[in-house]
Amino acid sequence: MTETVETPVVLRVDKVTAGYGGSPIIEDVSIKVYPGKITAIVGPNGAGKSTLLKAICGVIKTTSGHVFVLDKECTNFAPEKMVRHRLAYVPQVANTFPDLTVKENLEMGGYTRKSGVAERIDELCELFPDIRQALRRKAGALSGGQRSMLAMARGLMLDPSVMLLDEPSAGLSPLLQSALWEQIEKVAATGVGVCVVEQNTRRSLRHAHWGYVLVLGKNRLDGPASELLHDEEVIDLYVGRMS
Amino acid sequence: MTSPLLEIDGVTKTFGGVVAVSECSMSIREGTVVGLIGPNGAGKSSVIDLVSGFEQPDQGNIRFADAEIVGKRPDQISRMGLIRTFQSPREWRDLSVIDNVRVGRRDLDRDSLWRSIFAPRRLRRLEEQESGELSDLLVHYRLDAVRNQRAVGLSGGQKRLLEFARIAAAKPRLTILDEPMGGVNPVLGERIGEAIRELKRNGSTVVVVEHNLPFIERTCDEVVVMDLGTVIAQGPFAELRDNKRVVDAYLGNDDE
Repeated sequence: MTETVETPVVLRVDKVTAGYGGSPIIEDVSIKVYPGKITAIVGPNGAGKSTLLKAICGVIKTTSGHVFVLDKECTNFAPEKMVRHRLAYVPQVANTFPDLTVKENLEMGGYTRKSGVAERIDELCELFPDIRQALRRKAGALSGGQRSMLAMARGLMLDPSVMLLDEPSAGLSPLLQSALWEQIEKVAATGVGVCVVEQNTRRSLRHAHWGYVLVLGKNRLDGPASELLHDEEVIDLYVGRMS
Repeated sequence: MTSPLLEIDGVTKTFGGVVAVSECSMSIREGTVVGLIGPNGAGKSSVIDLVSGFEQPDQGNIRFADAEIVGKRPDQISRMGLIRTFQSPREWRDLSVIDNVRVGRRDLDRDSLWRSIFAPRRLRRLEEQESGELSDLLVHYRLDAVRNQRAVGLSGGQKRLLEFARIAAAKPRLTILDEPMGGVNPVLGERIGEAIRELKRNGSTVVVVEHNLPFIERTCDEVVVMDLGTVIAQGPFAELRDNKRVVDAYLGNDDE
């Protein structure tokens, strides 16, 4: 993508290499996320998509490369420090506190806020209509779809500039997936840069503005999501001749 | 045509309402290396668990080497010559490397007490022969230098190779490998590909579950593709690209 000075980047990942101790899972991966836009990270199983998110938000250490949030270098910051630098990460599992109520979950999400917790909860209830009616319920009693919404809302409590979503629609029915994607679009429309990892490549490209295809831990292709959606090369990268 | 070595016929398995495997059928011909692939959650690992006796199907039949194996325990199935691995290597941590390979053998002398009394010379000869074979295997898999170390101290790569040494010692008719390339560097990856070809040369049939499709393309004679608990395609890797069901399974279907 041609970069212009006027286009601010909320998240820039530059040639990051990371893994879990053994041989690296992702190598020299670079991505950019823009405010108010949805960036989709897609690729076959084992591409390293979730690993990339973990490396960005500090859950695992990178061995080389750089991570910038709002032009400030945050490489290998601990997750709690990343949160203060306005990066929210919503993991695929264990993303809510099941024994706490929805409201308490949101309050936990706003733990580092100095003030305005109640106001922020109110704003998020406007954004997520499902959540207002469930405020007093235990998070563990929510449906899968509601829980995904809560996890996102919890991540938004700190007014992040960028939000990383790891497979938010995993385990949801196609209907709920559509609802969830609508919600992700609403979140992006508030100005947050959203970076989504999803298994369903076509669905995420349909909703994203830019897509990155990772294969076996490396950048292989990127471009406007609407173009990638119909790009035969994407199919080749998944199931075409490899050699 | 001879009957297939492994035949899965209409197998279904549910876990508390979740259908992991759904009327799944496939057959594996003897002497082939078959890649079992498909998106996450397709049911590949569940099928392996069913075939190796770690889970029992709700419905359907599984025949291995012309015998029905539904209802048999994992140890009974492995003694019939069907060996499987797990996503992370499972070695006997506190046994030495050579003992790990030794217990991999199927024909452990269960009557060795009788033999030691009545046929001591024959037993000694067998033991010498066995120990020669084991040494050769350790050299072959580059584990000779660590043969007397406890397996727990091996590197991840050495544990993978130990797994192949144990399989080679067991001489199975069918070997099922569950993600052998997980966490493996490219050099070791080449060695694993070679180990699979060796298994084939030595007469074992091999099923490989693996996300690394370039590896599958290089290593396998054909592939079986699963999605949503069932087989959606079986054939040469090169034909996948033009199979709409396969492409939809991998890229997701957004039409619903």
